[in-house]
Amino acid sequence: MSEVDSLDTPEKGADAKRDWGAALGSVETDAIAASRRTSPGPPPPIKLYQERKAVHNKRIDGPFRRFKWLVMLVTLTIYYATPWIRWDRGPYAPDQAVLIDLANRRFYMFDIEIWPHEFYFVAGLLIMAGIGLFLVTTAVGRAWCGYACPQTVWTDVFQHVDRFFDGDRNARIKLDKAPWGASKTARRLGKWGVYLLISFWTGGAWIMYFADAPTLTYEFWRGEAAMVAYATVAILTFTTFWLGGFMREQVCIYMCPWPRIQGAMLDEKSLIVTYKDWRGEKRGSVKKAAKNPDAYGDCVDCLQCVAVCPTGIDIREGQQIGCITCGLCIDACDKVMKDIGRPRGLIDYATLDQCEAEAAGAPATPAWKALLRPRIFIYFGVWAAIGAGLLFALGTRSHTDITVSPDRNPPFMLMKDGSVRNSFTLRLRNMEARPRDMRVTLVGLPEGSVMWTDQIGREGAAESQTIPVNADETRIVRAYVVIPNGTEAGEFAFEVTALDSQGEKDSADTKFTLPGDL
Amino acid sequence: MPENANNANKRIDEPTGTELVGHEWDGIEELNTPLPRWWLWTFYATIAWALVYVILYPAWPMVSQATEGVFGWSSRGDLQTELADAQQARTAIFERIGATDLDALANDPELLNQAIVGGEAAFKQHCVQCHGAGAAGYEEYGYPNLNDDDWLWGGTLSDIEYTLTHGVRWEGSGETRLTYMPAFGEIFQKSEIDALVAHVLSLSGEGPGSASGAALFETNCSACHGVDGAGDRAQGAPALNDAIWLYGKDKASIAQQIRAPRHGVMPGWSDKLDPVTIRMLAAYVHSRGGGEAEAPELPAEDETETADEVATTQTSGDDERG
Repeated sequence: MSEVDSLDTPEKGADAKRDWGAALGSVETDAIAASRRTSPGPPPPIKLYQERKAVHNKRIDGPFRRFKWLVMLVTLTIYYATPWIRWDRGPYAPDQAVLIDLANRRFYMFDIEIWPHEFYFVAGLLIMAGIGLFLVTTAVGRAWCGYACPQTVWTDVFQHVDRFFDGDRNARIKLDKAPWGASKTARRLGKWGVYLLISFWTGGAWIMYFADAPTLTYEFWRGEAAMVAYATVAILTFTTFWLGGFMREQVCIYMCPWPRIQGAMLDEKSLIVTYKDWRGEKRGSVKKAAKNPDAYGDCVDCLQCVAVCPTGIDIREGQQIGCITCGLCIDACDKVMKDIGRPRGLIDYATLDQCEAEAAGAPATPAWKALLRPRIFIYFGVWAAIGAGLLFALGTRSHTDITVSPDRNPPFMLMKDGSVRNSFTLRLRNMEARPRDMRVTLVGLPEGSVMWTDQIGREGAAESQTIPVNADETRIVRAYVVIPNGTEAGEFAFEVTALDSQGEKDSADTKFTLPGDL
Repeated sequence: MPENANNANKRIDEPTGTELVGHEWDGIEELNTPLPRWWLWTFYATIAWALVYVILYPAWPMVSQATEGVFGWSSRGDLQTELADAQQARTAIFERIGATDLDALANDPELLNQAIVGGEAAFKQHCVQCHGAGAAGYEEYGYPNLNDDDWLWGGTLSDIEYTLTHGVRWEGSGETRLTYMPAFGEIFQKSEIDALVAHVLSLSGEGPGSASGAALFETNCSACHGVDGAGDRAQGAPALNDAIWLYGKDKASIAQQIRAPRHGVMPGWSDKLDPVTIRMLAAYVHSRGGGEAEAPELPAEDETETADEVATTQTSGDDERG
């Protein structure tokens, strides 16, 4: 207890000057406002702008902090390392495991290659991400904000840089107030330099997803990369430096639409980080409580929950937009409760319903029970069904594709011998990373109908043609189809068969236009 | 709480615990939820940006045009630069196309493709007015279709290039394609013309024909159109024994063409377009589906009927099929 008291004394001092949620303003602002005022009477005491209060969050350890470390490790590793994973696809396709090849309009992800016309897979993933958001938010509230959001992760990284250079909370508060001297300048420059390095690395990692990473790195440092690469790195370096290093919780509170959206998806059955005021109030120190146990709750008002908060809020004020539900205040409070011998969970993940029930005297329910409810199962079911559907589509899709567009101008062509010719633009897609021959056959036209292409020439006209298609390419050919004089034709199809062991097929329906059709 | 001389005036909204601004409308008061100060600075920064922009770039509308800005930037200038760059980028290909003879061009798929694409662009600018955007021509005006396999003056790359350069019945070139079909309206009786029409139709298998018409044809027409009506490209005499008719296949149209033939005129382009553009146009027209291979040892271009052709450029003819 005495330990706790000593812990909280300096902090309290620091926080007493903090005015949570109240309007603060500088004297000059008032003076200016007053001078601009034309109406008579005393100027009102209004600050229309709020000074930024830096958040110097205290180091804490606990299950949630360790989970945050884990998420940070996993997400940052994925982000920085993924482009460097190699993946052999043979000589005709890039060997980068994850590559968004905008120039060639291909998206590679390990064994999956997505073409532009298969973008519905990406749309499906986005839908899954959306429903996944509903699912996670319904179940565990703003978990995305608390652990996985890039703003949260990089803010966390930069806060640790602060801690490394300037020490923990109290030391940083002190340094902030200290006059600028050699030591402070050196620390600040060092810290910002590290911010900049991390930001540059972050911006640099981004572009690696869009080109062969080793090649791009080489070109980047030799000044040979595309302008857009340098511009992208510059922009992302700046945004990371500025948003992660300086704006931090301001992004969550003022800029981001996400908290508003997520807030709207929560209900009274969602797990949130909450202070159990029925148990904590009335706040009082251990000493006071010892003297008068009935008058005080469990909260000793040590402000540890505020001190560790990465957005600098007081969770005891209830749900608020600044709370990213990272759970660090739970770690902090549990530690204090343990030290003073009170049960943990004064601040805890709980639903509003559970809190109400507990306040009314019901026994505490384990938090995980909040997950067992129909809404969550339904969201999960929909999410999983879409995922399964996508996997099925991915597993059964053909790597051979043909589309046809008939020439519309002119729609048909009468030939010397009275036969009729139509022209079609065929797009043959070879989605395998190897060159393949494709056999294109006319299906549903009268006997004697023939086709040829510019490359084959009329001399080679036949009912079907073999057309070589390069690896991983769309070949566009103009096909001429002639039906014999005196025959009739209408709906028919081009059928394509890949001339390899798999023999994949595809066909495209189209129409043969005759002079009388128009 | 903020210590400040005016604290005494501060009023707090009870339910929310928020300070009141002091503005009141019909009993409804405004709460003070202050903006972060950086937001204000952001606003000032956008104003500064706007001022700088207005100085550097065209901004203020004046009487005849906007202020030019220090940079002198304009979207037209951008366009000029881009066009110049594109022109520059094309120069090498232009020169290659100009330096490649037609045989070699036909055998160089990549260069040929460049020529076709360039020709398509030029076609859309110079040729569509008569031949149509799809190069299908207009039968009612006798503008030939360039997609089919029937050519009045030949369908090889060099034939087409020649026609493009010198035109058909065009005053601008001494080497233009120039022939006229006599008007037989003063020479033949109506019954003779009718017999001729019947015979001409029968050449392509339409109708029973006419013995007297056949005799007349042999005497008067076969010199140019051939005994079997296959036409003669050297003279631009259309083939009459195929399914394609420049001016229509009904009896009246054919009779009209015998009586007083219409003769199409196509301007040559040698005075307006450079030789490379003409060559690219030839490549494009040749690529429309009826282009013929160069026939090196072929003396007469006339009735060799290759399967494809298209009347390349213009011209016209008498009755015709072909």
